[in-house]
Amino acid sequence: MNVMRALREWLQRFLNTFRPDRVRRDREDELRLHLEMAVDEARRQGLSPPEARRQAALRWGGVPQTMDALHDQRTLPRLDAVRSDCVQAWRQLLRYRTASVAAIVSLGLAIGATTAAYRLIDAVLLRPLPVAAPDRLFMVTLNTFDASGRSGYRDDLDYLEFRDYAAACGEVANSLLIGMSSRVPITFGAADAVEHAFRQYVSGNVFPTFGLRPAAGRLFTSSDDLTPGAQPVAVLSYEYWTRRFGRDDHIVGRTFRTGAATFEIIGVAPEGFTGTEPGRLTDIFLPSLMNVEALNSPGWSWFRMWVRPRDGVTAQSVRERLQARLTRNHAARAASMHDVPADQVAALMNERVELVPAGGGASGVQRMFRMPLLIVIALGTLVLLIACANVANLLATRAAARAREFALRVSIGASRSRLVQMVMVESALLAVSAAALGGLFAQWAAPFVVSWLAPAEQPMRLILPWDLRTWLPGAGLTFVVTGLLGLVPAIRVSGFHPSQMIGTGGERVASRGLSSTLVGAQMAFSVFVLVVATLFGATFAHLATRPLGLNDRNVLVLEMRARDKAGTMPAWTHLTARLRELPGVVTAAAAGWAPLSDSGWRATLKAPGRSVETFLLNVAPGFFDVFDIARVSGRDFGADEAPGAAIVNEAFVRAFFDGRDPVGRTIERGGSPLTVIGVVKDAVYRNVRDPFRPVVYLPMVDRDEGVIVVRTAGDPTALGPAFRATVAAENSDFQVAGTMPETALVRRQMLRERLLAALSAFFGGMGLLVAAVGLYGVLNAAVTGRRREIGIRIALGARARHVMRRIAATVLGAAAAGAVAGLVGGMLFGRVIDSLLFRIAATDAMAIVTPLSVLAAAAAVAVFTPLRRAVQIDPVQVLKTD
Amino acid sequence: MTNRETKADVLQGTLDLLVLQAVDGLGPSHGYAIAARLEQVSGGAIQLNMGTLYPALMRLEQRGELRASWAVTANNRRARLYAITKAGRKALEQRRADWDRMVGIMKALLGDV
Repeated sequence: MNVMRALREWLQRFLNTFRPDRVRRDREDELRLHLEMAVDEARRQGLSPPEARRQAALRWGGVPQTMDALHDQRTLPRLDAVRSDCVQAWRQLLRYRTASVAAIVSLGLAIGATTAAYRLIDAVLLRPLPVAAPDRLFMVTLNTFDASGRSGYRDDLDYLEFRDYAAACGEVANSLLIGMSSRVPITFGAADAVEHAFRQYVSGNVFPTFGLRPAAGRLFTSSDDLTPGAQPVAVLSYEYWTRRFGRDDHIVGRTFRTGAATFEIIGVAPEGFTGTEPGRLTDIFLPSLMNVEALNSPGWSWFRMWVRPRDGVTAQSVRERLQARLTRNHAARAASMHDVPADQVAALMNERVELVPAGGGASGVQRMFRMPLLIVIALGTLVLLIACANVANLLATRAAARAREFALRVSIGASRSRLVQMVMVESALLAVSAAALGGLFAQWAAPFVVSWLAPAEQPMRLILPWDLRTWLPGAGLTFVVTGLLGLVPAIRVSGFHPSQMIGTGGERVASRGLSSTLVGAQMAFSVFVLVVATLFGATFAHLATRPLGLNDRNVLVLEMRARDKAGTMPAWTHLTARLRELPGVVTAAAAGWAPLSDSGWRATLKAPGRSVETFLLNVAPGFFDVFDIARVSGRDFGADEAPGAAIVNEAFVRAFFDGRDPVGRTIERGGSPLTVIGVVKDAVYRNVRDPFRPVVYLPMVDRDEGVIVVRTAGDPTALGPAFRATVAAENSDFQVAGTMPETALVRRQMLRERLLAALSAFFGGMGLLVAAVGLYGVLNAAVTGRRREIGIRIALGARARHVMRRIAATVLGAAAAGAVAGLVGGMLFGRVIDSLLFRIAATDAMAIVTPLSVLAAAAAVAVFTPLRRAVQIDPVQVLKTD
Repeated sequence: MTNRETKADVLQGTLDLLVLQAVDGLGPSHGYAIAARLEQVSGGAIQLNMGTLYPALMRLEQRGELRASWAVTANNRRARLYAITKAGRKALEQRRADWDRMVGIMKALLGDV
């Protein structure tokens, strides 16, 4: 009861703090009446009117003092002080409007960028899958070594390995087969319209182990995954069910075709579960044994293996079982091999099984963007610190400019803590405004960055929740920022002595050392970010301009699927010929796949005296014309080329024939001979980062999937529909599963570099700008604060050079020291991120000169105005005003 | 934080009890009458000034123990009259009981038989 009453009082007073006192006049009337009554009483006792008033005032106190006491009772005095500090701080912000807006915008952008990066990191790397006990899920990975000791990594397995490892785990762990999520063409019902969906094969024990409940129908279990190829059932993801079917209640029982089989939908997975690969939303789950062809194919790696140790079993003991099995297998293999060098056997025996926590999922996106995202958040944090230092300096300058006011406040009784509170409230106001701006910016920036993680033709779908998890770090950051911002001026203010202030007429008091230190730190961070930005910028530029050896402009890649493989060669030729006849088409050719697509075929080829690892590709006549790959000697394939013919590139000639013309000579592949009929110029095969590698082109063969590459006169994508229509009209056994410009295939390989280049350039530019503004602000304040001193020096005959040195020497010295520190830091960091760089190292002259010259230019601009002001000070005027 | 002990209300708690008791005895009355009554009953020992009295009245009002209303006095002046509420009466009883207990404890401690 008492608690309720106290609460009621507190609430009223809390609200009153922000409410004007409307009944103020009434209260004053009440008090005045009180005094009048007292006066009347005194007069009744025979006192004169003036004496009666004096006595009443003595006895009862004055109206204004009582009004003050009432105000304190009406409101919460502490809160009231904060409120009035806020009003005061707001006036300060308005007074220095430009500086305040600059501070808030730079802080806000930095907070926003960091929060956005954190949101991405959370969504891609940290957020646990919505499954039972995600911390008990592990992925099996293999750390491999090649003969020269270079380490590699593998997390994809073939089915034979899976059976082997699952047997090794036995009863101590659930072995889960988690297929790679891949985009495949599917058709619903009888309609011929092909659409695409992300499909993932998973073993029957996955849904029960994950503890998932169906949103509709049922989820498949181990009993649905017993017989290879015989149980065509499918589960949709909730997101796909919503997006494609509008949550149709009659979804269970519907069928669709993909590959050779027709599947029946038996249920929908729960909301929020979108597969196991953050960055890729799986649409359809199929039982693992439905991937029939892959079950008996050694080397066909199409899934990851996850394990969940039984309760009471440690991951370590599971790992040891798997390691024992791996070592046993390798020992058996090494014993059966004869002419294998000892170091290769040693490398094999060094392979290690690792169990990696998989509670946050496992995906290529994670592997590809883990390091870049961490770098982005690190750069963002540095820029945030630069901005913080700036705002701290700004506030300190303001506090110094208000020294006289503070001195006055202290001398009329303001406590030190009250002054500190005033300054802290001002910084809090800045930080909160900046955090609000940052939140808005992050809201916009995170999806924007996501769009940069995938090619425009295949946008990445990533769930970016905006909940407490993503919000808290930003809020925490704001909290820390507030503290940091307020600290510097608060320290200064608490050091004020009224006598000192009034005595010096308000000349600046606080030490310049702190400002210089902050400027030095800003420069260090700024140069660091600029070095990193230069490295990533150069990497992207080098990658984007490297010679590919082929012309990717105006080429459209048609991904083709045939119903059957046998005897399709004439159809490929016929379709290519029909496409060539279309208006706007320059030429066309069939091939196994397009250069720079993800596909590849590697084999070791032998020529007398040597064997070299080589890339291979089936191509039809005209392929080299489509890509403008020039012929060096020999001829192109003919229309009915014999299977034994081969065209090789120059890298192959260098590796096999020491540069001599190989036309007519023979090489050996898997025991059968190939005759070289022509040589072409080098072109990139699969990875845009690779140097030119030996490539052997073989004639096109019967295929059930492949591509037709078409060179067009104008924009190739515009002709896509015409190509589809032609294929559909010419041959109903063939389908165009997708179209993609070759330029997009090239761009897709530079996503990471583009992201890093763009974001680091953004942060580099911002850091530089903010640091330059900081330098300007500190020098400007120094000039303002020391006007009198400079005036006197000039009056006594000091030269401009001396004046400038006095003003700028300390600050510029700190800045230079900071720049060197930043450079060293950047170069050290450059070695850490070496794997992300392309044809540039942190020790290259460019990586050093570029950031330093950019910084020097910015610093020169920042320094110019304050120094000019200092030199132009008119001594007469200065001495007059003081 | 709400009510720091300042020089004016050393008798915090006691003050609320005194004021409530006076209002309960007087019926609806203005601040001057309440203070005069306390001074008179205590034989001049308790002299509240306005800076102590009115915040106390406001505090009791905020807690819902007193209710204030404007009225016209006998000699035609607009005065603010304070009356005790139901909650106020309960609080008064509670405070009296607390006070009695306190006095008992103090007596026992000081050895007064």
